[in-house]
Amino acid sequence: MSDRVEAALPAQSAVAGKKGTRRRRRLTINDIAVGAAIPIVFLVLWQMLYETGRLDANFFSSPTDIASAIGELARSGELFRDIGISLWRVVCGFAIGGTLGLIFGLLSGFSRRTEMMIDPLFQLLRMTPSLAIAPLFILWFGFGETSKVLIIAVGAYFPIYVNTVLGIRNVDNKLVEVSQVLAYSRFSQIAKLIVPSSVPSILLGVRLSLAVAWLSVVVAEMINSKSGIGYLIYFGQYNSRIDYIFVGIILFATAGKLVDSFVRYLERRLLGWRDNFKG
Amino acid sequence: MGAALLEIRELSKSFRTDSKTVQALHHIELDVQEGEFVTVIGPSGCGKSTLLRIVAGLDVGYEGQATLDGRAISGPGIDKGFIFQEPRLFPWLTVEKNIAADLSLRNPEVKRRVGELIELVRLNGFEKAYPKELSGGMAQRVSIARALLRNPRILLLDEPFGALDAFTRAHMQEVLLDIWRRNGTTMIFVTHDIDEAVFLGSRIVILKPRPGEIRAKIGVDLPYPRKKASAAFQDFRMRVLNEFERIDELSWGEAGAGI
Repeated sequence: MSDRVEAALPAQSAVAGKKGTRRRRRLTINDIAVGAAIPIVFLVLWQMLYETGRLDANFFSSPTDIASAIGELARSGELFRDIGISLWRVVCGFAIGGTLGLIFGLLSGFSRRTEMMIDPLFQLLRMTPSLAIAPLFILWFGFGETSKVLIIAVGAYFPIYVNTVLGIRNVDNKLVEVSQVLAYSRFSQIAKLIVPSSVPSILLGVRLSLAVAWLSVVVAEMINSKSGIGYLIYFGQYNSRIDYIFVGIILFATAGKLVDSFVRYLERRLLGWRDNFKG
Repeated sequence: MGAALLEIRELSKSFRTDSKTVQALHHIELDVQEGEFVTVIGPSGCGKSTLLRIVAGLDVGYEGQATLDGRAISGPGIDKGFIFQEPRLFPWLTVEKNIAADLSLRNPEVKRRVGELIELVRLNGFEKAYPKELSGGMAQRVSIARALLRNPRILLLDEPFGALDAFTRAHMQEVLLDIWRRNGTTMIFVTHDIDEAVFLGSRIVILKPRPGEIRAKIGVDLPYPRKKASAAFQDFRMRVLNEFERIDELSWGEAGAGI
């Protein structure tokens, strides 16, 4: 799985937050047209290739077929049930993994002793693909929700853990000196210097963590499930409903993008003070 | 004259690098009276910043004595305000919150004092601005206000205007003298600019390098406000410059290597 995405560098976080401008430009119809041009051309081409028989119907579906499959699944209620259950699993897994990642990240970040104690173990676990852990979890926790949520939690844990430690360790020593000169209490030093300085890095961790949570839910639902978007894809594969596979992929992509946009919105709100290259 | 606000006796400080020990300061003797404006000047590597950091309590582990109000300096505290070379503002806080720092603006007394200081450093209208929106001079004025809010017994300034252009620097010097005149805050101002030292100081301390020692202490008897173009100012500047040239000769003679 995407065990590499969480090794984020500070430079990457700067790029990630580049939309945090002081005054945001209104999105015009022109902007939307620019962004939509390539996808529309792509869809039209796809449909044409399918209609003219150049795409094998055994391996491909067409945009119109996919749209009608979405309509069909929406009418039967399966669509919303699957989205709901997948979303719920991601939320639960992210809540558990993310919270633990934040707590242990703070502990490791603040104390070198704690870091020396827990970090080697976590780095070892971090490199273990969640696909490899999944069978064990199913064995231990059965086919119910617990094993699925835990697979997601494990994936969501590491990006937040790594980036929280990174954020705390990157606090500018010059500002630490200022806090000494101003005689900050230990509490003020944490609450008014270290935590605010780490917020950009922690938010980046949240973004990467949510991405991994979405990837993990596919794994969890495709290997043991009777519901969810991952199961929809699995079902499509075994019943030659290629349109269902495409619907599943589109749902994952859309949901992932929406979640990412939400976190970026949070970044803009919380990190407007940053002075970065805005492209 | 009574006991000085700041008393430094037999102060020495050395730094240990991996191979050798470098003597940064050697037998410094200095008294600073309440309300004085002392400028410390010397070539780079003379230990002037180290001296200031010791007084601030940022560098500990020195030999000799350094007392403020009769108490040995053992660590940083709000009785010793410190202005760094860079403004070092918290980028996520607005101007007024930067000045308040760990104090809450919801406290009406803090709010009132912050308002007064914004007035004093001439930043009206920028209360809600973030550091990225400020020029270098404005940011440094915020950091001065932040130090003054704590009512320090002494304000320590470490080349605070070094990064500013000539016009902004001249303006900031006026602002600082204005603050000194109004508040009577005791100041120690480190610089490597002779004009700045003569323009601001009621007394000039000249340091020489390797090891950092006091070469001369000169009272500046020019009345404020001083005119940099006046003959008296230029005469005084020459006196200080002459002291410097003697430092150069000395260090050439002793070590065989200058700066």
